[in-house]
Amino acid sequence: MELFVNQVLAGIATGAIYACMALAVVMIYQAIDHLNFAQGEMAMFSTFIAWQLIQWGVPYWIAFVLTLAISFVGGVLIERLLFKPLASAPILTHVAGFIALFAIINSVAGLTWDFTIKQFPSPFGSRPFLGSQLISTHQAGMIGVTLVLLLMLYGFFRFTRIGLAMRAAASLPDSARLVGINVGWMIALGWGMASAIGAIAGMLIAPVVFLEPNMMGGVLLYGFASAVLGGLTSPFGAVIGGFLVGIFENLVGTYIPGVGNELKLPIALALIVTVLVVKPNGLFGRTVVQRV
Amino acid sequence: MSTIQETVAPAAAAAAPTRRSAGTIAQLVVLALLLVTPLFVKNFVIFQMTMWLVYAIAIAALNLLTGGSGQFSLGQSAFFALGAYASAILMETYNVNYALTLPVSGLICFAAGFLFGLPALRLSGVYLALATFALATAMPQLLKLGVLEPWTGGVQGLVVTKPDAPFHLPISQDKWLYYFTLLVALLIYIASVNLLKSRTGRAMMAIRDNQIAASALGVNLALYKTLAFGISAAFTGIAGALGAIVVQFVAPDSYTIQLAIAIFLGMVVGGVGWLPGSLAGSAFIVFVPNIAEGISKGLSGAVFGALLILVIFVIPHGARQVAFSAEALAKKLFKN
Amino acid sequence: MTSLLEIEDLRAYYGQVQALHGLSFSLEDGSVTTLLGANGAGKTTTLRSVCNMIRSTGGIRFDGKSLAGRSTEDIVKLGIAHVPQGRGTFTRMTVEENLQLGAMTRRDARAINDDIGRMYHHFPKLEERASQQAGTLSGGEQQMLAVARALMLRPRLMLLDEPSFGLAPLVVRDLFGILQRINRDEKVTILVVEQNAQLALAIAKQAYVIETGRIVMSGEAGAVANNEDIRKSYLGY
Repeated sequence: MELFVNQVLAGIATGAIYACMALAVVMIYQAIDHLNFAQGEMAMFSTFIAWQLIQWGVPYWIAFVLTLAISFVGGVLIERLLFKPLASAPILTHVAGFIALFAIINSVAGLTWDFTIKQFPSPFGSRPFLGSQLISTHQAGMIGVTLVLLLMLYGFFRFTRIGLAMRAAASLPDSARLVGINVGWMIALGWGMASAIGAIAGMLIAPVVFLEPNMMGGVLLYGFASAVLGGLTSPFGAVIGGFLVGIFENLVGTYIPGVGNELKLPIALALIVTVLVVKPNGLFGRTVVQRV
Repeated sequence: MSTIQETVAPAAAAAAPTRRSAGTIAQLVVLALLLVTPLFVKNFVIFQMTMWLVYAIAIAALNLLTGGSGQFSLGQSAFFALGAYASAILMETYNVNYALTLPVSGLICFAAGFLFGLPALRLSGVYLALATFALATAMPQLLKLGVLEPWTGGVQGLVVTKPDAPFHLPISQDKWLYYFTLLVALLIYIASVNLLKSRTGRAMMAIRDNQIAASALGVNLALYKTLAFGISAAFTGIAGALGAIVVQFVAPDSYTIQLAIAIFLGMVVGGVGWLPGSLAGSAFIVFVPNIAEGISKGLSGAVFGALLILVIFVIPHGARQVAFSAEALAKKLFKN
Repeated sequence: MTSLLEIEDLRAYYGQVQALHGLSFSLEDGSVTTLLGANGAGKTTTLRSVCNMIRSTGGIRFDGKSLAGRSTEDIVKLGIAHVPQGRGTFTRMTVEENLQLGAMTRRDARAINDDIGRMYHHFPKLEERASQQAGTLSGGEQQMLAVARALMLRPRLMLLDEPSFGLAPLVVRDLFGILQRINRDEKVTILVVEQNAQLALAIAKQAYVIETGRIVMSGEAGAVANNEDIRKSYLGY
């Protein structure tokens, strides 16, 4: 029993990573109604920028804020330059655009900073949290930041006018224009916000998985899985999904025999798919009523 | 909008005969080139052309699924792998003739696709994408499983014997394999075109366009959606089998998610739902990475991405857009 | 008798296809006008052109200002509320959120809240369902919601595209009664585009008939209603 509880707790700790990534994924989904496959790479790039600033002697928190600002602007620019011109292209073409973005960012990061692993500092330190062997202060910090972010996003979408406008623009762009919303700016804003959130995720994850251009691959996938599991329309679901995925991953690794590291990913994904078959809109996704 | 449709429809109907003949001419020219080129180039180029055809089949199969029945799949690499391994195991362990392994691989993959299609019925759009993505990432790991090693060869994979031309024909193995692949590709292409024109095809396209309406019209959604998955998987499996024979080698890490993404990109560049575009799409994924590496080794990924962006900016609807624009241009020129 | 909206030689295009062939008409400030026409005649196209949602040429003047080159959002900000075909309800959002969206261009929070209250007063069904997803409402309720949302803009001009579509006759009657009241009490100029001519002609002052992108008849609603051709084609008797 104790092993079980420990594994669950450890799962929640690692799950914070996925939850944070999932929040960025949901953020962009809210804005543009589909998934940004380059999200992980953008987060990785932001983290490298932060690292570079710190290398140049900028104090951590200033670098953190600067990185957020740069990421926000970067996100807006990518949207305006790459995806706005593609607006009238079919959805699958957009996906190709994301894939292209992925390839470019990954390649440029590799060239600029090479593929050796780098250390990235944590603002929370890595001492045991409250004496526990399983959760370090950094992991506790991650969980805390993720929850705070979640609350902020929830408040933003639910209680602010601009949050409502963004949801409307993503949901029905034509109708949104007819109530005076500038849909283009809403989309750009969504991208900027997602980029900034991704940067936070990256900066929280890097101390744990170490900074290198390919660090986000698995994380992004788990992030998607978490977001989808939670229901793509729900930031709350994304976070819960993240923790659940972390727990699944740990329990599977501990209790299912013969499962080494390589099979963890496919099994976790298979579990998620199973859940989706039972609840197609995810655990907390709002079922959209479809009238013919 | 019926009045507007009235203005447009007669023009379109009149255009149809010309369109058919222009398209057919183009297709015959391409076919002629495909038949004749291998006689003039080196073996290595023939090998590349064969792989080009192999991937074109896989892309066409995805086109049937996505363009035909509206279901999204990032998991084709799994069926490709399944077909490849089935063929390799049959050839090496059971000494089955390479040509016979194709229909067997096809059937196995049809069953796999059909079975996968069943739970996938409840998923759509991004959820289906994730499920197929999961399938694709799982496949290499499954192929490495210790339990299956006696058959699959584990991480090392299996070596496949290259077949000779039948009846002791005096052509090289590479040339023979090329023409064999071309024949299979043609057969699959013709089968696909006929499928789309048939009642089954129309049922699938009705599902693609409006699932609810199709269901209301009595189209058995479950049957046709899983059928689409099955057929698409079967063709992809045959492509995989051909790939295994041509490359003479199967290994788990040859069939990663990167392959699934490449097939997907090939479909987009070729033009979704336009079968002839599969050749153009396949050319993109086979040759452009080499070009990218040629331009800049360190930034090959970035160059590839940039070229991809260029393509989708200029022709967001893929090669199909180019073809139809060229046709319209040709018609204008011939009118004058 | 000033004109609030003046359309001159409007030509509209969907890609290469021309849908409107030089429409000209005007809306009297404070009146209800109806534009009648069969399926495909160009009614929706006309409304879309006013809001610059499709490519068009020709003069459109609202309250003396030209609308040429303005984005849809900017046109809305000038005080034109468009209830599109199919209602355009934000089905994933609650009824109340839909109403709030209607007031998106306004800054006066207090007045917006008051207006929401007024909408609930006009449309009690909406108040009942205030926190329900708008997609779960019936057709009639969604139409009421669409009209209420448009009113939240405090528009000077309201454009309605086939509001009776898919609704039961009694519901349509209620709806048109509401439109009449809105026009009278809130002084909103209304242009209602309809296939269902009877009620539209009953509440309108001025009527235009459009066929294949051209206006083929115009005049006082009563006169148009009595016209024999119109009666046969649009009124069924």
